[in-house]
Amino acid sequence: MSELRGILVEQVERLVADAGGVAPLREVEAGQFPQALWDGLSEQGLALALVPEEAGGVGLSWGDAAALWQVLGKHGAPVPMAEAMLGAALLSAAGVEVPDGVLALGEKGAPFGRHAANAVKLDGARLTLHPVEGANPGANIGREPRDDLTLAPRSAAGILPNSHGPRALRLGLALIRAAQIAGALERILALAVDWANTRKQFGRPIGKFQAVQQQLAAMAGEVAAVQVAVSNAARAVDARGLAEAGFEIGCAKVVAGEAATFGAATAHQVFAAIGITEDHELHHFTRRLWAWREEGGTDRAWAAEIGKLALARGGANLWPDLTARDA
Amino acid sequence: MRFDLPDTPPGAEALRAELRAFLAEAGRAWTPEIRARSWMGFDRDFSREVGARGWIGMTWPKAYGGHERSGLERVVVLEEMLAAGAPVGAHWIGDRQSGPLILRLGTEEQRRRILPGIARGELAFCIGLSEPDAGSDLANLRTKAERVPGGWKLNGRKIWTTFAHKSDYMIALVRTSPAPEGGSRHAGLSQFLVDLRLSGISIRPIRDLAGADSFNEVTFDDVMLREDDLVGAEGAGWAQATSELAFERSGPDRYLSSYPALSLGLDALATNPVPGAEVTVGRMVARLSALRGMSLSVGGMLERGEDPAVEAALVKDVGNVFEQALPEHLRGLLDPEDSPAELRALLAALTQLTPTFSLRGGTREILRGIIARDLGLR
Repeated sequence: MSELRGILVEQVERLVADAGGVAPLREVEAGQFPQALWDGLSEQGLALALVPEEAGGVGLSWGDAAALWQVLGKHGAPVPMAEAMLGAALLSAAGVEVPDGVLALGEKGAPFGRHAANAVKLDGARLTLHPVEGANPGANIGREPRDDLTLAPRSAAGILPNSHGPRALRLGLALIRAAQIAGALERILALAVDWANTRKQFGRPIGKFQAVQQQLAAMAGEVAAVQVAVSNAARAVDARGLAEAGFEIGCAKVVAGEAATFGAATAHQVFAAIGITEDHELHHFTRRLWAWREEGGTDRAWAAEIGKLALARGGANLWPDLTARDA
Repeated sequence: MRFDLPDTPPGAEALRAELRAFLAEAGRAWTPEIRARSWMGFDRDFSREVGARGWIGMTWPKAYGGHERSGLERVVVLEEMLAAGAPVGAHWIGDRQSGPLILRLGTEEQRRRILPGIARGELAFCIGLSEPDAGSDLANLRTKAERVPGGWKLNGRKIWTTFAHKSDYMIALVRTSPAPEGGSRHAGLSQFLVDLRLSGISIRPIRDLAGADSFNEVTFDDVMLREDDLVGAEGAGWAQATSELAFERSGPDRYLSSYPALSLGLDALATNPVPGAEVTVGRMVARLSALRGMSLSVGGMLERGEDPAVEAALVKDVGNVFEQALPEHLRGLLDPEDSPAELRALLAALTQLTPTFSLRGGTREILRGIIARDLGLR
């Protein structure tokens, strides 16, 4: 990890952690917006993190951004900052000025759409910005706002360069969710380890039982796999642009989806009854993990895309194709 | 735990091209059974060919027959060999474990005597660890070397020793002094370089479930070792043996064992399309990509001189699950009658090998114990 990335991650981590643990998650789920946290992160210039310096942004790499998204995921992503970063990156690439405030991605099921002043839409390579006129509220099972929006006619438009391509929104969102899954999995692994060391049965902490140790160790393997897959995907975007990083992003979303399924189940098994109570913090993360599996393309959908390509290319090309993508 | 992807070493593409040309030619003679066994396949002629091309002992100093290339270039060679299902068993252990041990801790005489032969693909090594009463509980081993005038006298028995009957040397972990009362059971162990032609050594092959002679029982009956057959420090054997584990557990041999079947399976599925097969295939390819990233990350950390023991255990654990599941995934897609004979033979051979994947080099349970300790559970 570069020094800059380390500092950024630490700053964001502190800001989000100081916002009060799961309190902002409960706020979001109750329909409120954690404005103070959003403002704190905005003041750091985070929304413009992926916008190049010459366009007035911070000029972070996608690798840096993915590390930040993991931190947000680790804390349940209480604000749509990852989405704002992606939206700003695309607007800037299309030569459109980035508006202040919460930015919605898309029109249907838009994350935190009710809180957004503007929304970004992509049609082919044509990116448009629209003021939000109204929102029909919805939610995923993480009880995060996922709203169908009524948009005003476009206020600005631009063409995305080929390096971003017509699937830039879906690719970017897949990478965001995969990174957030990596972070949330890291969190619930830590929670489960802590609980296993605390909760006593049969006269000793349950973490002393090999049956529990083996499950958590297997989960750690999945957490590691997602982290590496996400790093690999972000690095591919840095090397070749979003449009040419579909394979790595897809791999990350597949592994993230599988790991979310396994990790959430394992954590709940370790926590047993206390973990499914409303008062406990675990479900804020596991419900988000289950929801994030579905967004930006499911692991099934991405696996189908990767698999189709591999089948079309044939067995002799599989290994050479894989190594040819090394950054 | 931490995984940082390394940059691709300069010249990797050219090296891959060279390897692929070589393997395409050499591979014409390989049956599906040979490809399935890969690094569990012993072919001295092939190993000599590999050695002649400078692909064994790649990172070692030239003075000892090495080629002074980077660890990541070495990984390129390992990956290509395994992806092709090459029978690399005759040099695999020497290149991966025994050679590096001798280079790091051996005497100058040992280095000059042994390393050039490994690098030429001429000297084959086996690892003497397990004993009848010491498997996962390795510290329970009983084979002992006693000091005698002029050297050591070795007595005891090793078991499950892969390719002992075909190898030239064994690196044996044995007891040189009793474990101290109430002290560490790991104390008093030492490593020896054992010439398998010495008198007093009898090697009995143990036929495996597939009908192959791949592992052995090796009995030592008053075998006389020289003073300088000791490797490293007397009594430091446990630390020495475990310090190489990150190399042993993180390489592509921990996730690519079934790869040749995936390659053949794709072609079989292209000929006999199965609805929905792309999802299963895509999941396998995504795992493969992630595992490769994990393994390369550990390779990069090793190259920087770090000790990623836990990361290596994670690679092996996740990798073993993948390489064991792969043949079953293909089986779930393709009925035998829809599979070409080559794929059927490969899957038949792999099916009988897969139980070993999570046993060799540390069982799944031992690895997960190591990971659990790092998590703070033990």
